[in-house]
Formats: sequence, C-alpha cells, structure tokens
Amino acid sequence: MFKIVHRRSLRPTVTQIEVEAPLVANKAKPGQFIILRVDEDGERIPLTVAGVNKEEGTVKVIFQVVGATTTKLNHVPEGGYIQDFVGPLGNATETEGIKKVCIVGGGVGCAIALPVAEEFHRIGADVTSIIGFRNKDLVILEDEFRAASNRLIVMTDDGSYGREGNCTVPLRELLEKEKFDNIICIGPLVMMKFTVLTAKEFNAPITVSMSPIMIDGTGMCGGCRLTLHEDGKDIIKFACVDGPDFDGYKVDFDNAIMRSRMYTDFERHAYEETCNLFKNA
Amino acid sequence: MEPKKHEMPSQAPEVRAHNFNEVALGYSMETAVAEAERCLNCKNQPCVDACPVNISIPEFIGHIKEQDFEGAYKVITRTSSLPAVCGRVCPQETQCESKCTMGIKFEPVGIGRLERFVADWHNENVKADPELPEKNGHKVAVVGSGPSGLTCAGDLAKKGYDVTVYEALHKAGGVLVYGIPEFRLPKTIVAKEVDTLNKLGVTVNTDVVIGKTLTIDELFDMGYEAVFIGSGAGLPNFMHIPGESLKGVYSANEFLTRSNLMKAYLDDPTTPVKKGGNVAVVGGGNVAMDAARTALRLGADNVYIVYRRSMEELPARKEEVEHAEEEGIQFKLLNNPVEIIGYDNPEDKKDPRNGDVTAIRCIRMELGEPDAKGRRRPVPVEGSEFDIPVDTVVIAIGTSPNPLIKNTTKGLEVNEKGGIIVNEYGLTSREGVYAGGDAVTGAATVISAMGAGKTAAAAIDGYLSAK
Repeated sequence: MFKIVHRRSLRPTVTQIEVEAPLVANKAKPGQFIILRVDEDGERIPLTVAGVNKEEGTVKVIFQVVGATTTKLNHVPEGGYIQDFVGPLGNATETEGIKKVCIVGGGVGCAIALPVAEEFHRIGADVTSIIGFRNKDLVILEDEFRAASNRLIVMTDDGSYGREGNCTVPLRELLEKEKFDNIICIGPLVMMKFTVLTAKEFNAPITVSMSPIMIDGTGMCGGCRLTLHEDGKDIIKFACVDGPDFDGYKVDFDNAIMRSRMYTDFERHAYEETCNLFKNA
Repeated sequence: MEPKKHEMPSQAPEVRAHNFNEVALGYSMETAVAEAERCLNCKNQPCVDACPVNISIPEFIGHIKEQDFEGAYKVITRTSSLPAVCGRVCPQETQCESKCTMGIKFEPVGIGRLERFVADWHNENVKADPELPEKNGHKVAVVGSGPSGLTCAGDLAKKGYDVTVYEALHKAGGVLVYGIPEFRLPKTIVAKEVDTLNKLGVTVNTDVVIGKTLTIDELFDMGYEAVFIGSGAGLPNFMHIPGESLKGVYSANEFLTRSNLMKAYLDDPTTPVKKGGNVAVVGGGNVAMDAARTALRLGADNVYIVYRRSMEELPARKEEVEHAEEEGIQFKLLNNPVEIIGYDNPEDKKDPRNGDVTAIRCIRMELGEPDAKGRRRPVPVEGSEFDIPVDTVVIAIGTSPNPLIKNTTKGLEVNEKGGIIVNEYGLTSREGVYAGGDAVTGAATVISAMGAGKTAAAAIDGYLSAK
C-alpha cells in the first residue's frame, strides 16, 4: 500500500497527489511515468511523474477526473492509501546538448510538461513555455511555469485568459524568427498532431510525449504500441519501453487517435456506474 | 493389465465453453490408485530422465499404490516446488509419459494426472506448515515470480537462504497468473503455491521493476550475494502485416492479461476487453489455444485458430488442442494471414466504427521441403487469398526478450535475439548473476523454466557455499 501524503485540488476536475514511494522517488526523472491501482481489483492506469522529492521519498502525479478509476482516485483522502504504485517506467526526456528549448503544453498535459520545463531550467537551458487551455477556468500551474521559464505564453481557446487561440499560433510566430534545439510537446493527441505540422513547416525538431492505453508498462502486453513511419516503412514501437517520448515527425497520430478510442463505450458506462456509486454513498 | 489411461473426468464441452471453471476435474482416490497400479515400476525408469526436474516418478507412484498420498507428495516436492501447477500444465506427452515403458505397447501411465491428484490431495488434507529450514545467513534476490523464479526461490529457501523475490506486476505468479487462464490453472492454486513459499520464509515484493525501480547492481549493494533473473517473456511479436494497429487487434499477452490478471472475465471488471463476435487467433502454441478458448468463454460466436502449418506441426500441448476442438474452436490450418482489414467510412472520417476490424485476409499454404529443424516449410499458394470475417484478432506468435534488465546491467551478455546468455548451470557473464526461463530461451514451457530455476538454485548454492 502507498500513502497519499499530500493532496491538492488544482481545479475542480484536476487533482495533484503526492505519494510516498521512496524507491520510485529515488529514480524518477522528468518524462517518466508510473502505473497505479487505486484498490484491489482496480484498473492499472499510467500517470506521468509531475515532480519528485527525493528527501521525503515522495512522487507527485497530477490527474484529470475523466473516468471510473480517476473518480475513485479522487475520493482517496490525504493520509489515505492506494493499492499499487510502480515505476519509474519509460525513458526520461532527453536533455543532453539542448541549450534552447520550447515547451508546448496542452491542458492537463501541462502537468507533465512542467517537470520537463523545470529540468531544462535547472540545467541552465533557455526555456520558452507555451501553455494552452480551453478557457480561464482550466488554467493550471501558471506560477510554476513562470518560475521555470525564461518566457511564458498562456493561451486559451476562447480568449478568456492570456492570448486567444491555440498553441500553434505563438509557436509559428516564434519559429518565424528564431530556432530551438528542440520543441517538446505534451498534450492531447490532436493538439500534438497539429503542433508537429506547425514545426514541420519550419523543419524544426520536435519531440512528443505519448500516453496510449497500456496495462503492465514494462513491455509485456503490447497494448501501448504505436505506428511510426521510419525510412518509408511503418514500424511498431511500444510507448512503455521505447518511449514515451518520440520524434514527432515519425508518429502516426491518426492511428494513435483511432486506437485511443477503442474502449470509449466501456469507459463511459463504467464512469456512469461509478458516479452513481458515489452519488448514493 | 489395463491398456488405456484412466480417463480424466472433465466438464462437458458444451457446458465448459461458457464458463471459466477448471475443465479437468481430477482423479478420484480410487481412480488414482487404479491408475498407479498400471506403473510397472520398471528398473531403468526412463520417465525420470525425461522429466526436466527429475521427479522420482515410480517412487511417488509406489506411494499412491499404498494409498500413502502424503508420502507421494513428499517424494514429488523433493525436486518440484510447484506440483499442483505442473500436474496441470506440463506437456507430459512429450516428456515423462513419452518415455514410459507401458507406452511401448499400450498407453503410458497418466503421470501428470497422478501428480495433480497428489498435489490436490495434499492441499485439501494437509494443513501443516512446511518445516522451516535453519537459516544459513546468505541473501539471494530473485527477479520475477513466474515458474523459474518461484522454483529457484523455493529451492534456495529450503536450503536456508534468505530469499526475496521482486515482481513487476501487482500480483505474484508471472505467466501463471497473467497468462494461463483460470479454466486451465485456477488462480487459487497459484496463490496456494506462493503461500507455501511465504511460509518457507520467502518474501515477495510486488510493484518493483528490476531494471527500472532497482538495478541488478543495486541489489548487490543492498547485500544480496547472488541474483537469479527469471524475468520471463518480453515484448510480444507481431507479424508486420498491414492492419495490425487496428482497433480489435491484440497481442495474446494483452488479451490474456486483460482477461486473467485484470479479471475482464468477471461480470463487472474495471479493465475492458472486446467480447463476442468472431475472433481469429493467429498461432498454434499453448498461448494461442488459451487465447482462443478464453475468447469463446467471453462469448464469441466463432473462434478460429489460424496457423500456417498443419495439425501435425501444431506445437500446443495435445490435450489443449483436443479440448479446444471439443469446445468448438475452428482450426484454419495451412493458412497465413497477409492483412487485417478494418472498417473505413469514406463519407465520415469521424464514424466511431472506423478502424474496427472486419476481416483477416489469409493465403493458403502448402507444406514444402523440411527446414533445418526438420519441420516442413509452409509455402504460399499463389492467388489463393481469402477473407475470414472477424471482429477481433489475437496475435499469438511468440515474444522477444525484454530489454529492461539488459539495458541497465553492465557486462550482462545477451544473444542476437536478446536472450540472456548462460552456461549449463544458469550462470550469466556476470559473477553471481544467474538466469533462466523465457528470459534466456525465449517463449518455452512452464516446466522448462522450472528446470532452469532449479539448476540455477543448485549452482547458486554451490557458489555461495564455496565463498
């Protein structure tokens, strides 16, 4: 069992928890993820590491309440326990040799993008962050990003906060006049797809962080496989052991979007069941 | 002399095809004794050599004849740590029973069925905890809690070693819990075997991924004097044909893990799996049979085994193939998939059905010249492509070793396929590091993994005793 030592609501549907897991904390690096189960018989869900406190032996993760499991997780109080917490899994974000970077975060993806921005900031790179949200109410981690960035641009789709529009708008403006050693984009699949297309116009390198459906997270099940285009061929890669970061030019986003919808009906049903469960409780 | 094995009582095929309860029900005491009487207790005991863990077979059968079932159990557990498991999943027809003297003229003795009977009898009737060995003060770490790891841990614990097993998943048992389905190996039996190890003083730490959470070198830093790597099968292989990334295409590992470990076979699971419709399983091994029969029990209308060779080359355990056929699994032999076809609505790119599997396209094969292993090589018949309409495809064509440990352990040599290289005692290229099971051989059987765990345990004992 793993103790939730700290719990903070970032938004009504976005929660940050800090979990006591010294072995994981000792190893976890930005870009890696963990897998947790809320209770016995629970589903295994991957969540990206949002921060680490080695001294306290704790790992921070941020999740959006979207389905049955995250609803249950959101009901575990501070001081409560979850069944399993395993990691760190996947590879850390490549930082070597990068002196100037642009971090593009979309929605809750910003929770994953933040530790990456912080790591680049820590090693002395020049960090530009573009973070985008649907509207003002959904903005998270703005202060944290400001502290970790040389430049910060906040976008909202409806213009209710920061600039209006999606993240590709300021990215294009920047790419028109400057170059980055890398762009790192973390967010919904559709947003990453279009950010890659924007980068491509300028031949700018871009890395995307993929979080497909997975079970074991150690390369055993193959559920997290992605199609990548490499040297004119389609190849299969596993997000859990080969990723989660991939060269944005190579990822077949349309296939990833299609695969992400495999269990939409099941999830909707499970979520409604769980919601009712908590309503009656 | 009774020429035939006593039949195994089983659930009727039409009943069991719709439930996940165990198919084979086990011998009664009377049947077990009668079957034991068929053993000639011949002098040269060819069955013992044919057993990967060299169980003293005529000796334990002798105890059954005298109705001394606990005596029989003690004989088996001298060399095997998991009798209830092996009695169920070993391919006895190619091992002990293939060499049985009775088998020359008649059917061999049902050694596997007797082993299962003895183990079940013990679990049912003997509640005493195993005798605790005197601790020898040496610490050994075992990576992975599948058949090789559990065997290695059990053997070392019995010799007094302080053993800790590290398991990546949330539950101990490895392939015995995520892979082999309930109807072939009930989870309670695996839990019981793990519990026996716990009582011997073995600690199992779940949720630790060696190669990620901790490295092999860190295990030595923590005071372990030897490490056994039994991390098992790795990344599932795919065919690299068009359509393998459509919705409804699974690796057998994923399909079985969802059903077994994540309990999608129960009515109200938290982890989904596609149920019903028509299902094609590609491959001919035990894993393919397990996947096909699981799909059937999850409510499929038609389940096909698509295999590119003929029934003769089918590598699955014979009993599983027979059971599958009885249950109505349809064997599409000498067929090789060339493409998986998906739904595509050109009018509406947002149609939620887009990407759903609709068919698997196969080409007919003929058997040509024998290959290096003597198996006749299948050759495609040109222009013979045809479609089988299906909703789900499960790919069960083996696995490649997992790279996590290799990538984080300096000096650990692997072969061109990624399997860890070991000598005949299970020793790797690193001092004090031993390995066995699928991590070494690639996908193989439970019993061969147990044999490797056993060999390595003896080698570790030799190494640490001499230290």
